[in-house]
Amino acid sequence: MGHILSLRNVSKRFGGLRASDGIDLALNAGELRCIIGPNGAGKSTLFKLIMGQLAVSSGEIFFREENITALPMWRRARRGLSIKMQVPGIYPDLSARENLRIAAQLHVSRAALPEVIERWLTRIGLLDAGETPARFLSHGQQQWLEIGMALSAEPALLLLDEPTAGMGPEETRATGELVKSINADGTTVLVIEHDMEFVRQVAQRVTVLHYGRVFAEGSVAEIEQHEDVMRIYLGAV
Amino acid sequence: MASRRFATLETIAFAVLACALVAAPFVVSAYQVSNLMSFLAFTLLSMSLALIWGCVGIFSFGQVAFFGIGGYAYGIIMLNVQHPEFTFPALLAAVLIAGGAAALLGYFIFYGGVNDVFVGITTLAVTLVIETFMQQTAGSQWHVGQAQLGGYNGMTGIPPLALSATNTLGPVPLYVFAAVAVIATYLLLRFLLASRWGRGLRAIEQHRERTESFGYDVRLMQLGAFALAGCIAGLGGALYAIWGGYITPSTMGLSAAALPVIMVAAGGRSSLIAAMISTLLLQYFSQSLSSSGSQYALVILGVVLVVVVVFVPDGFVVALFRLAARIGASSKPVKG
Repeated sequence: MGHILSLRNVSKRFGGLRASDGIDLALNAGELRCIIGPNGAGKSTLFKLIMGQLAVSSGEIFFREENITALPMWRRARRGLSIKMQVPGIYPDLSARENLRIAAQLHVSRAALPEVIERWLTRIGLLDAGETPARFLSHGQQQWLEIGMALSAEPALLLLDEPTAGMGPEETRATGELVKSINADGTTVLVIEHDMEFVRQVAQRVTVLHYGRVFAEGSVAEIEQHEDVMRIYLGAV
Repeated sequence: MASRRFATLETIAFAVLACALVAAPFVVSAYQVSNLMSFLAFTLLSMSLALIWGCVGIFSFGQVAFFGIGGYAYGIIMLNVQHPEFTFPALLAAVLIAGGAAALLGYFIFYGGVNDVFVGITTLAVTLVIETFMQQTAGSQWHVGQAQLGGYNGMTGIPPLALSATNTLGPVPLYVFAAVAVIATYLLLRFLLASRWGRGLRAIEQHRERTESFGYDVRLMQLGAFALAGCIAGLGGALYAIWGGYITPSTMGLSAAALPVIMVAAGGRSSLIAAMISTLLLQYFSQSLSSSGSQYALVILGVVLVVVVVFVPDGFVVALFRLAARIGASSKPVKG
């Protein structure tokens, strides 16, 4: 299977700070990859570079063989990239159903839209709360709604930035099952996560970032036995 | 459910308002009908601001620039053409010129990355520059073809709408045309806001970056809405020039720029019908004060704005709708 996403020597500088420093990363179609690393390792910056929220300082990003480095975020979304942001990105005054409609309406036909909305409301467990304004949903429900919004656009690659932030153990496990089922349906998933329990639950491969560079890469077991990773990150978890 | 009840109340309010506008010529004097037409011109201005401020989150403090451009454009065209049969095409051209001016300004604003409060500052600066420029066009050298710009006193002798050389629309038919224009504009905006494009605009208002991440070309959509709002403001300005037969630079001045902001904020910027009701009420109130000799109309409007911002930040009409929606909900019998 070919690479759905590849980053070639991607760097991002903020003045004198190198948030990303020559990152090379390749993601296979259908993969479920987790990115871990200490605070300030450049994980969220990496997602913003992939999605186009930030422009790269140097390097190139390819998505489905196409160089998307210079494309604005909306064009990348039209090509099949979708993100669940670290800071909740829902429309608080709109109902859960209306949130999903806005996320999906550019990506599915008018006729299919109602079915897509109902399907995702069911899948994220919000069918009974479809008319509830998003601001009144619990934190976990808001996180799921945002994942549902990112997925209702039917992306080829889903970026999840800390999908379980603020969730309890039960919600975290349920989110893990949801992410695995999404991946099983054929969506490639790239996840930033601090919770190693969650990473163990879902990840096929893990990439470790440190000081804006790819520090290590491998299966969960390989990463957990990596001495340097233990020293810089996992030992402190 | 609450939002549905709110939407129903908006529809009822619009139906009542539309009936009142249609009935007005049969109920009030010709003088009052004529006054009401000027109120309708400002209602269009308020609707244009409610569209971009309330529905898209773009705060334009200089919406009167397009109102003035619409008025001047109609005057310049008609004073040059001099054919009464050409008034309706001239009106359409004035609307498009105002929309084009908004599109040009909007291009530099949105593609230049200007957002939030800086849009307000930029648009205010633009309208003040236009006002200042127009004020110094008093000499005979300041003309466009045969149309003298008139400086501080403005452009006069602007012809009214006419169906033919011998069939000029009087005050009541002019009013009817303006009322139809307001009703049609409202219905058009309701239709657009319920479309995919309109939903996207509402989403931009709540979370611009998130909306772009779903594939919306946010800058183009903002530009489109800004240009449409410019067209609506331009229609209001042209109707105002037709109503009075003149247009002056003061229609684009600081006081004039503040008026639509007050009227829209007082009614509730999130609702087009609230902005319409608020504008008609405040215009009536303001004119009643002025005609009774009071010099304090603007001061009182300023106080209204302060009271609304402090005590009813969502606007008094919207607050009344919400209250009515809640009462309606609590009085519904519980099933089972």
